[in-house]
Amino acid sequence: MKGFAWTSAPDLAAALRAGSATVAATMAAAPGPAAANAVILKAGGIDLLDLMKEGLLAPQRIVNLRGIPELGRIAEEPGGALRIGAMVTLAQLAGDPLIRARYGALAQAAGGSASPQIRHVATLGGNLLQRPRCWYFRSIHHDCARKGGRQCFAFMGENQYHAIFGQYGCAIVHPSTAATALVAFDASVELVGARGARRTVALENFLLGPEVDLQRENALAPGEILTAVLLPAPKPGVRSFHLRQGELDSFDWPIADVAVVLELGRDGACRRAGVVLGAAAPVPYRARGAESALAGQRIAEGTARSAAIAALAGATPLAKNAYKVPVFEALVRRAILGAAGQA
Amino acid sequence: MSRRILNVVINGERHELLIEPHWTLLQVLRGQIGMMGTKENCLEAECGVCTVLLEGKAVNSCILLAGQVEGRAITTIEGLGDPEHLHPLQAAFIEHGAVQCGYCIPGMILSAKSFLDENPGRQPTRQEIREALAGTLCRCTGYGKIVDAVAAAAQRMAGKEPTP
Repeated sequence: MKGFAWTSAPDLAAALRAGSATVAATMAAAPGPAAANAVILKAGGIDLLDLMKEGLLAPQRIVNLRGIPELGRIAEEPGGALRIGAMVTLAQLAGDPLIRARYGALAQAAGGSASPQIRHVATLGGNLLQRPRCWYFRSIHHDCARKGGRQCFAFMGENQYHAIFGQYGCAIVHPSTAATALVAFDASVELVGARGARRTVALENFLLGPEVDLQRENALAPGEILTAVLLPAPKPGVRSFHLRQGELDSFDWPIADVAVVLELGRDGACRRAGVVLGAAAPVPYRARGAESALAGQRIAEGTARSAAIAALAGATPLAKNAYKVPVFEALVRRAILGAAGQA
Repeated sequence: MSRRILNVVINGERHELLIEPHWTLLQVLRGQIGMMGTKENCLEAECGVCTVLLEGKAVNSCILLAGQVEGRAITTIEGLGDPEHLHPLQAAFIEHGAVQCGYCIPGMILSAKSFLDENPGRQPTRQEIREALAGTLCRCTGYGKIVDAVAAAAQRMAGKEPTP
């Protein structure tokens, strides 16, 4: 790791001032002048240190956000919505009684991410903004399309962990497992700009696929800070479930993960379903076919199975990742039954 | 780049250290203080041999900038017990033959301590113990005796105050 200057922001205003000097953190095959000039605002630092150790980032200044108390709180808003500060750790999310009771799939997704040691440090904000884990993106020897190069090496290369949907010029999968659950719950992110202006954007719209921007995974503007994630108040009859499948029983990135949120009526019929696939596409993939297959239906093995098949319709797997299709189908079916309490 | 002062409590003792901003906590513990119990291996939070406790919670010191622990309390394996006064986890690891080459053991014991202190007063299942140790790799034992040792220590520690 190269040297850098270190400062701690005592409050949001100080962080915004520091962030306004942010040069877009340009990734380069070899760190170039742009990457070397960047000011980086650091949350837990897990991905940042990875990128620096891999030689992909060499910031001149790092601003630590850990000392800002308002970013570290989980609070219920009037009306029942939940506001989760960007610096809340994955371990806090997994263990929070309110999240476990009302947004179970989020607690499951956070608790199944990475290792216990990483969950104690990694934050929700950092988790959402981490860079992709594609091995070509992470290699300084591959000048890939996402780093401004001419090609995506995954298309003709080792693509067993890559996307099966939406590979428009780049085949990454979104690295955040928490995002899978958050999109299923229709969560939003709160963003504060350099002049203090706040805006709220649906997470689903905040995360950008390569067809929108090949080099960035989100719509964070220069100098802007992601301050919180907002979860809508739970409707009566909402139940949720998250499942992940790794290649190992031990900790690893999921090869597939699925979040299901069901709004069940008193008659047991599904009023509305959210079905989202993680590690499937460059952004969390909302399986609209599965959602409409479940609407109005009573949940049973048969409906879950049809919805799972509908979820994978239109998949475009690459040479080495077609195995993901049946894995996802099994996870979608089990997660639907899990959410309905029939697992 | 400019050196800066780091104030940190390590195993109950206050330290004022002069560090470079890009040093990790692992580099400070081993290179600057000379505490070699915290091991160094993958340097990217995959193997867990560098695990220490930050405010009682297991973290990878290889991927934590030293500046991140300003004003906070660190526990390393040196702070857990000594040959005359073993921590129940250390005693259980010896009794159950859970140590072979030993390189992962400081991280293994601290991962287990973090988990048991977060779940006081109840006996965890073997599956829960395995999940709690998932971030710490052992290439010798096959984990069976390590899980035995943690289960035995949990029994001994149940109902007692968490030890430092």
